[in-house]
Amino acid sequence: MSGVSVSEARASYETVIGLEVHVELKTRSKIFCGCSTSFGAPPNTNVCPVCLGHPGTLPVLNEGAVELALRAALALNCRINQDCKFDRKNYFYPDLPKGYQISQYDQPIGEDGYVEIEVGGERKRIGIVRVHLEEDAGKSMHAPDGSHTLVDYNRTGVPLIEIVSKPDIRSPEEARLYLEAIKSIMEYCDVSDCRMEEGSLRCDANISLRPFGQREFGQKTELKNMNSFRNVQRALEYEAERQTAVLSAGGVVEQETRRFDEATQTTVSMRSKEEAHDYRYFPEPDLVRLHISDEWLERVRGSLPELPLAKRDRYVAELGLPPYDAGVLTADRGVAEYFEAVVACGADPKTASNWVMGDVLASLKATGERIQACPVSPANLAGLMKQVEAGRISIKQARDVFKIMWDTGKDAETVIREQGMEQISDEGMLAAIVDEVIANNPKSVEDYRSGKTKALAALVGQTMKATKGKANPAVVNKLILERIGSPDSGASGGGPADA
Amino acid sequence: MSVHTVKEIVASLRRGEAKPSEWAARILECIRRADGRVGAFLHVDEEGALARAKSLDGQPVEGTLFGVPYALKDNICTAGLRTTAASRILENYVPPYSATVADKLASAGAVLVGKTNMDEFAMGSSTENSAFQPTRNPYDLERVPGGSSGGSAAAVAAGMVPFALGSDTGGSIRQPAAFCGVVGLKPTYGRVSRYGLIAFASSLDQIGPFTRTVEDAALVLEAISGFDPHDSTSVDEPVERFADGLDTGVRGLRVGVVTDIQEEGLHPGVKQAVEQAIAVLQGAGAEVVEVSLPHSRYAVATYYLIAPAEASSNLARYDGVRYGRRADADTLLEMYERTRSEGFGMEVKRRIIIGTYALSSGYYDAYYRRAQQMRTLIRQDFDRAFERCDVIALPTAPTPAFKLGEQLDDPLQMYLNDMYTIPANLAGIPGISVPCGLVEGLPVGVQILGRAFDEQTVLRAAHAYEQLRGFEMPVPALEGSA
Repeated sequence: MSGVSVSEARASYETVIGLEVHVELKTRSKIFCGCSTSFGAPPNTNVCPVCLGHPGTLPVLNEGAVELALRAALALNCRINQDCKFDRKNYFYPDLPKGYQISQYDQPIGEDGYVEIEVGGERKRIGIVRVHLEEDAGKSMHAPDGSHTLVDYNRTGVPLIEIVSKPDIRSPEEARLYLEAIKSIMEYCDVSDCRMEEGSLRCDANISLRPFGQREFGQKTELKNMNSFRNVQRALEYEAERQTAVLSAGGVVEQETRRFDEATQTTVSMRSKEEAHDYRYFPEPDLVRLHISDEWLERVRGSLPELPLAKRDRYVAELGLPPYDAGVLTADRGVAEYFEAVVACGADPKTASNWVMGDVLASLKATGERIQACPVSPANLAGLMKQVEAGRISIKQARDVFKIMWDTGKDAETVIREQGMEQISDEGMLAAIVDEVIANNPKSVEDYRSGKTKALAALVGQTMKATKGKANPAVVNKLILERIGSPDSGASGGGPADA
Repeated sequence: MSVHTVKEIVASLRRGEAKPSEWAARILECIRRADGRVGAFLHVDEEGALARAKSLDGQPVEGTLFGVPYALKDNICTAGLRTTAASRILENYVPPYSATVADKLASAGAVLVGKTNMDEFAMGSSTENSAFQPTRNPYDLERVPGGSSGGSAAAVAAGMVPFALGSDTGGSIRQPAAFCGVVGLKPTYGRVSRYGLIAFASSLDQIGPFTRTVEDAALVLEAISGFDPHDSTSVDEPVERFADGLDTGVRGLRVGVVTDIQEEGLHPGVKQAVEQAIAVLQGAGAEVVEVSLPHSRYAVATYYLIAPAEASSNLARYDGVRYGRRADADTLLEMYERTRSEGFGMEVKRRIIIGTYALSSGYYDAYYRRAQQMRTLIRQDFDRAFERCDVIALPTAPTPAFKLGEQLDDPLQMYLNDMYTIPANLAGIPGISVPCGLVEGLPVGVQILGRAFDEQTVLRAAHAYEQLRGFEMPVPALEGSA
């Protein structure tokens, strides 16, 4: 490679990536028959003559699948083909019972959309060529010794959408961000669970390199078998390096399909262009054309939830949250809904954000719970925040109260009462204790007066200790200062006391 | 052998003269006596038929087909009863479900006695492409019954069953009906559910009845018609009581005769018989008008692109993986190749290859797309013609039945058997074949086509002709001829 390292060479090539993402739609029944779509059932139990491709059976389109595809296509800003059709994609494979897959070829349900991602603080649009509806195939399981293959047809006929991006992605990292955006949008729209480990979101990638400034695309390879977002990024990184090495050695990239090998973290050739299938697409004669009425389209459009990026912008603009907070809160629709419910109970948005991003998400992470199962309801969290605001407990106490609320499901008021944690703000009650603390700590008083302002904290701490933490620190602070006066000016020492 | 119509059997049951089990026994006896020579049946379900008929004994006579024995072409699925499409690849296939038509006939009270022979996967015009046996024309055992529903046609012609169902993709009901001297009706595409019909060409296939009379055809059509939630291409048109309006005559009915019909290969005897049939209708008050179907000459070529293209895809499922025949092999590819090489017959392979080619990348536009465009033109020809007339009358088949083996080596000649029937499939319109005489001792048929979902008018014209034609079709003398 003529003395140039791969990393140096990489800097002279632009990476061009397009992704094909398959998303399983979360309908209860399959796209062309009444079988259940539930994941994890014993092999070949969610099957019937239709999805097994028995002679004489016919597909009947599940409208629920169309509705979800429509929702997804709208959320991806696609133009909807209100009059579209299904086609047959013909190829032989044991997990494809009919010998063809019912898909959409030249008239997909959605076309020409886009997704926005944020790369290094900048918004970037990734174009969507098309979103089409199709049926999933079964799952082949090959015996390790190659002696036989078993096929599970439970997945056969589960509705899928395929989302094809434009070649607008310029780095493996952008590819991952794009995937995360797709996943988030699909979850927001309640279109799919997007569980990559269960195969409900799958991704193939096309990647090519070209010298910076060149208009024409380079020869691409197609990557398959990447089963996590991280692997997508890694496979693309490996492939970009591999192509760089080929090109900078004066070679040519072969048009081929390559498989990501997780064990070696590399890509290996699966089949060349010559072995590519001729799918012999033609219109599916067993289904009538799919017509989506204006009314249907508008109803679905109207039912679309606020999408993650729009929500994020709104949190910043309307609730005054920092962009970071808004990003964290909107990454998951459940978290955003929880946060909004807390705010709807009258809580201050920034304080609510601190609680949700802090104690709530940390506790969820620790227990592995989903936010939908959060034992502290939004109303109870807002109630807890009110107790702090009203000065009944300190913020430090509040965090303890939260833990107990999490464990017991009780509301803040109950916990505070049961734990005897109510904060004492009554000056009359606190005055005697403060007097006693000042009397017992002449050294601290002396230090403070001589300019060591940190000594004030010690006095407050003694008062808190005497009240078992229930004293209102602000009130204590005030009472002490009333009694010991101001420190000498110009004296050395720390900053102002921190109550 | 005495021959009975559906109507007669139902009437005898209504009058209490016979029980369903007695009819079933009589019919089974007929089949035993005659089918050895005809070969109409691939499978006779004596036990099932008798049990079913017995279960109807003593029950109130309800349903238009109560207690009537019948047969199904063997490409119509029957739960628990072997269904082969006359192919080795499905030789031992027992469907786990029944076709909608079978369920509908069961609810109308009909009694299934067996499954009839056919060209393999309904590909052929003589029933000689059956992987299992030939079927012989009851009027001349040296001749074919037509096809692909030759078994159903022959079974009705020989009086073995009062009615049978077939399927018609390019003429597979009407042409054998004409060859065997019975009535054969292809309904409008979408009128009868295809669910459970083993697909040949999905956009053309339609199930219909073979009967001895037009009235019987109307009764059976009513029983099998209607929207089926299992078939998206079935249409939610109201199902009329087709038999009720049959007697209103043809006065004022405009009967179209095709001025630009292809006469090359048309037997003069057939031409004359059809002209006489049209004259009968005219004599009964129908008005004869000339219509043009300029694109019909391309119908056979169009059909032999679209039908094989769909077939090449429809037959991909017979891969040896889940059901049916599987050949032993070391690799997957070898298993596919050997299963399909051994399992499919010559004509089926020919059409799979034609269809695969027509859909291939680079050829699709030249073949499949152009065929679809021509299909649209053919349909538009009919739309225009039906602005001028109510039905169109023409021959069903260009010749009477030919001899077994005569056309087997000449697929193109065989394909031309369907030159007059294919246009109706491409246009999706209904058509009926009614016997219109004997030519050289062999039955020939007149075909009457109508507007989509206007079976009523087609049946009315056919019935009027049948009543006025002035002869009864002779019953084939099978018994003495052995």
